[in-house]
Amino acid sequence: MSDHEYTPSSKFGKWFNDRLPLLTLANHLTDYPTPKNLNYWWTFGGILTFCLITQIVTGLVLAMHYIAHADMAFSSVEHIMRDVNYGWLLRYVHANGASMFFLAVYIHIFRSLFYGSYKSPREIIWILGIIIYLLMMAAAFMGYVLPWGQMSFWGATVITNLFSAIPLVGESITTWLWGGYSVDNPTLTRFFTLHYLIPFLILGLVVLHIWALHVPGNNNPVGIDIKKPSKDTVPFHPYIVIKDAFALLMFCIVFALFVFYQPNILGHADNYIEADPLVTPAHIVPEWYLLPFYAILRSVPDKLMGVVAMLSAILILAALPWLDTSKVRSAVFRPLFRQFYWILVADVLILGYVGAMPAEGLYLLIARVATAYYFAHFLIILPVLGWKEKTTPLPLSITEPVLGGSPNLAAARSDEKIEKTIK
Amino acid sequence: MSDQKDEKKTNRRDFLFTATAAAGAVGVGAAVWPLVDQMNPDASVKALASTEVDVSSMQPGQSLTVLWRGKPVFIKRRTDDEIKKARAVDINDLKHPEKDEDRAKNPEWLVMLGICTHLGCVPLTDKGDYDGWFCPCHGSHYDTSGRIRKGPAPTNMEIPKYEFVNTNTIKIG
Repeated sequence: MSDHEYTPSSKFGKWFNDRLPLLTLANHLTDYPTPKNLNYWWTFGGILTFCLITQIVTGLVLAMHYIAHADMAFSSVEHIMRDVNYGWLLRYVHANGASMFFLAVYIHIFRSLFYGSYKSPREIIWILGIIIYLLMMAAAFMGYVLPWGQMSFWGATVITNLFSAIPLVGESITTWLWGGYSVDNPTLTRFFTLHYLIPFLILGLVVLHIWALHVPGNNNPVGIDIKKPSKDTVPFHPYIVIKDAFALLMFCIVFALFVFYQPNILGHADNYIEADPLVTPAHIVPEWYLLPFYAILRSVPDKLMGVVAMLSAILILAALPWLDTSKVRSAVFRPLFRQFYWILVADVLILGYVGAMPAEGLYLLIARVATAYYFAHFLIILPVLGWKEKTTPLPLSITEPVLGGSPNLAAARSDEKIEKTIK
Repeated sequence: MSDQKDEKKTNRRDFLFTATAAAGAVGVGAAVWPLVDQMNPDASVKALASTEVDVSSMQPGQSLTVLWRGKPVFIKRRTDDEIKKARAVDINDLKHPEKDEDRAKNPEWLVMLGICTHLGCVPLTDKGDYDGWFCPCHGSHYDTSGRIRKGPAPTNMEIPKYEFVNTNTIKIG
C-alpha cells in the first residue's frame, strides 16, 4: 500500500472518505509505484481484465435471447445469429472473446514463467492465477456446450466421462453430473447456470489476485527487489495506464480481425449441426486452448492414468514456486534456464499440435515424448537447475546498469537482446 | 478466565463446544444434501427406464441402433461367420475376458450399449481391425462380440438388461 497518508482536498471528499475510504483506494491505485522497466509483456494483466469484462457484458446480453433447453438451444443460437439486432456481432465477440482471453492468459502465464514472477514473495498471486485459469477452462468448456451442436454434445460427453475413470464412485459421479444416464436436457440447464456463475467467481478472484499483487508490488524484467517508491519506480497513472491502453488497442486490432474477418476459423464446422446422441463426429477435437492437455490425456494408454496425467499437468503449476529452487527470478540472469524455457514453450506448442491430430502412429509417439518432457521440466530440470546453474551477476537496482560505469552493463544488454528475441 | 488458562484437562465447556459443533455439522449436512441430490436423475428421467423394439424385419448381418435412457443401444443380428469369429477367440487373449456365450445368450442376437467404454463416444459398426466396432474418437477396436481388443478403452461394451418378449420383440431395461 502507499506509504504516504492521503487526504481528499474537498470538504465533501474528506467527509465521505472518513466514512468509506474509496478515495484512498483510488489514490492508491493511481499512485501505485511500478517498476519503471516494465516491458510490453506486463500489459497483459490489463488486457485480461478487458477480456473478462467483454465476456461478462456480451454474455449478459446473449443470455437475454438464448434458451437453455435441449429442443430449443440450437435454434435459439441461430435466432441470435439471424434475427436479433447485432446478434451476430455479440455472439462472434463472445465466442472469439473466449479464444482471445486464453491467448492473453497464455502470454501472461509464460511471462511469469520467464521472469520468475511466481517466486517468493508472490506465490499466492501465482496460485490465485492458477485457480482463475482452472475456472476459465470450466467456463469455456460449459459455454461451448450451450449452442448444442455436435461438438458441444460430444465434447460434453467426453469431458464428463473423464470422471467415470475415478474408481468405485466414478459412474455415480457422472450420472450426478448429467442428471440422467447421458448428456441431455438436465445437463444443458445446469451447464448454463454454472457458465453464468463462474465469470463472477473469476471477477472476485481477480480482485484478490490484484490485491495480493499490490502487497509486494510488481516483479520486473530484471527480477530484483526494488525500493518503493524510489528512483526505480514510476506512478501507475499516467505511465502504466497509457502503456496498457496502447497495448490494449493493439490487442483489440487482432481481436477485431478474428471477429470481422474470420469469426469461425477457431471453431469447428461440426458445431453447426444440431446435437445427435446417435452419431459421434468422425474426429472430436476440443477448442485450441485445451489441445495440449488433450494430447497429454490421449498419450497415456490407461484411462484412469490418462485423466490423472492431464490433471497433474495443470496442478503441477501450483507447486512451481517450490519446484523451482533458484533464488534468481529473471531468466535474463539464468543462461541455462533460458534455454530450457524455450524448449518448454516448443514442447507445449508441439503438444497442442499433436492434440489436434488423430492419436495414432507417429503423432502418438511424439505426444508421449512431449508429455514425458513436460513433466520432466517441472519435476527434474527445474529443481536440479536451481543448484547447478551458474547465474550471471544481478544489478543492484534497475537504474544502475542504465546510468553506466557499472560492471553489469553486459547483463543489461543481454536483457535487451532477450526482449528483442521474444518480440 | 486467566486462572483457567493453564488448565489443560478437558472440561464441561469443551464438551459444549464439541457438542455444538457436531450438531451444527449435522444441521449443515442435512441442509446441503437436497442441494446436492437435486442434480441426480429426477423421477421423469427414471420413468423412461425400459424400451421395446420390434426386430422382425432384421436380416442376418443387419444392425439397428435404438435410444434407451438417452443412450444408443446396438442390436445386431449376427451372421454365422461373425458368431464363429467371436466364439473362436481364446479368452486369455482378451483385455477384459468375457465369453461370447455369456454376452449373447442367443448367439444370433447381440444387444449392447453402443457406448465406447473409454470416454463415451458412439463406435462405428462393422469397422475396425476386428470387423466389429471402431471408435473414431480415440481409436478403440471392438470385435464381433463387442469386446475391447485394441485401444484405450478399459472394458468391453456393456450388455444392458434385456429380454425377448416374443420372437419379434426385444425389451431393453
